[in-house]
Amino acid sequence: MDNGFIRRELMGVYAVWWREFKVFQREKSRIVSSIVQPLMWLFLFGSGIGASVTIGSFAYRDYIYPGILSMLVLFGSVYFGLYIVWDRKLDVLKAILVAPVSRISIFLGKVLGGCTDVILQILVLFSLSFLFPAVNPWGIPLALLLLLITAIGMVSLGLALGSLFESLEGFQVVSAFLIFPLFFLSGALFPITEKLPLWLRGLVKLNPLTYTVDGVRGALLNVNVFPLYVDFLVIIIFAAGMLFLGSVLFSRMK
Amino acid sequence: MMIIQTSALRKCFGKIEAVAGIDMNIEKGEIFGLLGPNGAGKTTTIGMLCTIVRPSSGAASIAGYNVVKEPALVRRQVGIVFQDPTLDTVLTGRENLELHARLYNFPSRIRKERIDQMLELVDLKQRADDITRTYSGGMRRRLELARGLLHRPAVLFLDEPTLGLDPQTRARLWEYIKKTAQAEQTTIVLTTHYMEEAEKVCDRVGIIDHGRIIALDTPQKLKETMGGEMIVVRAEKQPLEKILALPYVSEIRENDGALEIITKEAHRRLPKILSLLKDVHCVEMRVPTLNDVFIKLTGRDIRDDTVDDSGSWVDSVARYRQRGS
Repeated sequence: MDNGFIRRELMGVYAVWWREFKVFQREKSRIVSSIVQPLMWLFLFGSGIGASVTIGSFAYRDYIYPGILSMLVLFGSVYFGLYIVWDRKLDVLKAILVAPVSRISIFLGKVLGGCTDVILQILVLFSLSFLFPAVNPWGIPLALLLLLITAIGMVSLGLALGSLFESLEGFQVVSAFLIFPLFFLSGALFPITEKLPLWLRGLVKLNPLTYTVDGVRGALLNVNVFPLYVDFLVIIIFAAGMLFLGSVLFSRMK
Repeated sequence: MMIIQTSALRKCFGKIEAVAGIDMNIEKGEIFGLLGPNGAGKTTTIGMLCTIVRPSSGAASIAGYNVVKEPALVRRQVGIVFQDPTLDTVLTGRENLELHARLYNFPSRIRKERIDQMLELVDLKQRADDITRTYSGGMRRRLELARGLLHRPAVLFLDEPTLGLDPQTRARLWEYIKKTAQAEQTTIVLTTHYMEEAEKVCDRVGIIDHGRIIALDTPQKLKETMGGEMIVVRAEKQPLEKILALPYVSEIRENDGALEIITKEAHRRLPKILSLLKDVHCVEMRVPTLNDVFIKLTGRDIRDDTVDDSGSWVDSVARYRQRGS
């Protein structure tokens, strides 16, 4: 483990990140559509439901703003990770995998690339926070940190699943059985109260994204269900676990 | 100096023995061709030498590094152009090379210069900043060639570099391969089943069949083992003892309905041989090709087996096994 080794590996991480960033810059339509979707949730869905629903003292649209930020991280990150199925199909990864760089470094480069994509999209949504009167702009840095940690975990999860799948059919399965349940069971669209049926409350508490939504809501709207340290603890453990799982599966990938 | 050495290198996939023990030494600076039909074990052999495929047994070293024990060091010594295109088609030509340079930790202060040099070598400077999705098949191959050589590897592996290209593009690509090998003084190991092309490019060839090297020499020497030139005759069936009895005729074979008479000094012996044959429809005289050598060694034409370029190698192995037995 000489200095040269570490420098080479860091360069490898950077190379993969650089590639992902170039792709991100180039695929403008993908960025636009990934921003438009949360905006539709906020302004079409949020305004529609909000016409007859308020939550506590919050307009419904303001209330779901943290939830939609979390949704963007969830969808953007997992799909980014799953995208390696496509990369492998096109043999794009092949040339990278034979380079004298460890799999772990390539994996980390991918994770950083995915987080950069997602966080840049989040920043676009933050720039619109003035449209949501209840949002406290001073809470944005804390929210950003929570979302970044979540993104690390979710990109890793996507890469882990992506290294398992051989074909693109996996996309549908993951959407139906993982991404949508995680989203709907996170409290992104409704408050977690005693009124929720017990089974639903149980599932919500098992969902790591719940703690992201709760933490971000605490930072931006100052309403929490769980103490902030619990939110942090859960998503840090989730991210660390996924990083580990992802790097193991990615290293074993054929 | 031997840059590649293998001994009893073997790879099994389940019950199928894809590579059945290969011993070969490749010298520094040579262009070495591994020739054989699909599924003969060419790609698997290259895979083992590049550390992508782990050998089942045996040993191999590249530039003195063991492919099993020191894969990271081996990887820095080799460049690879895969059988299937692996360019990043979202990136430009230059960006593909930049990515590669970073992955191989090529010193940044000379990176740009080196990239320009390689782009120039494969005549892609004009198109360097276009997205590679817009490149033609031949251009993509050339860029891959430049990428494979970018980090100054000791050995460049080219797996079926001309597969899927039209004949004209193929001929040009070989020119580039020869030119770059010379300019970079790189050892090149290539696989192909285009015998005529290999003959022109390679210093030495190894003919591989069913995972074994069945002949290894210069194309010239291999062709000399045929024992002379060939007179190919189409004629009615008839006894041939008299021709076989001629001292200068070494062999007569039947191939695809034609008689192949192998003889020394064919141009001088032709009148005599023809005088001994009745009802000749047509006659042709030629020097043997590597394909003739392949037919002699395996009893079949390499082209018979290469109709389906897209077939998976597992299918191919199964197919060849059936035919071979």
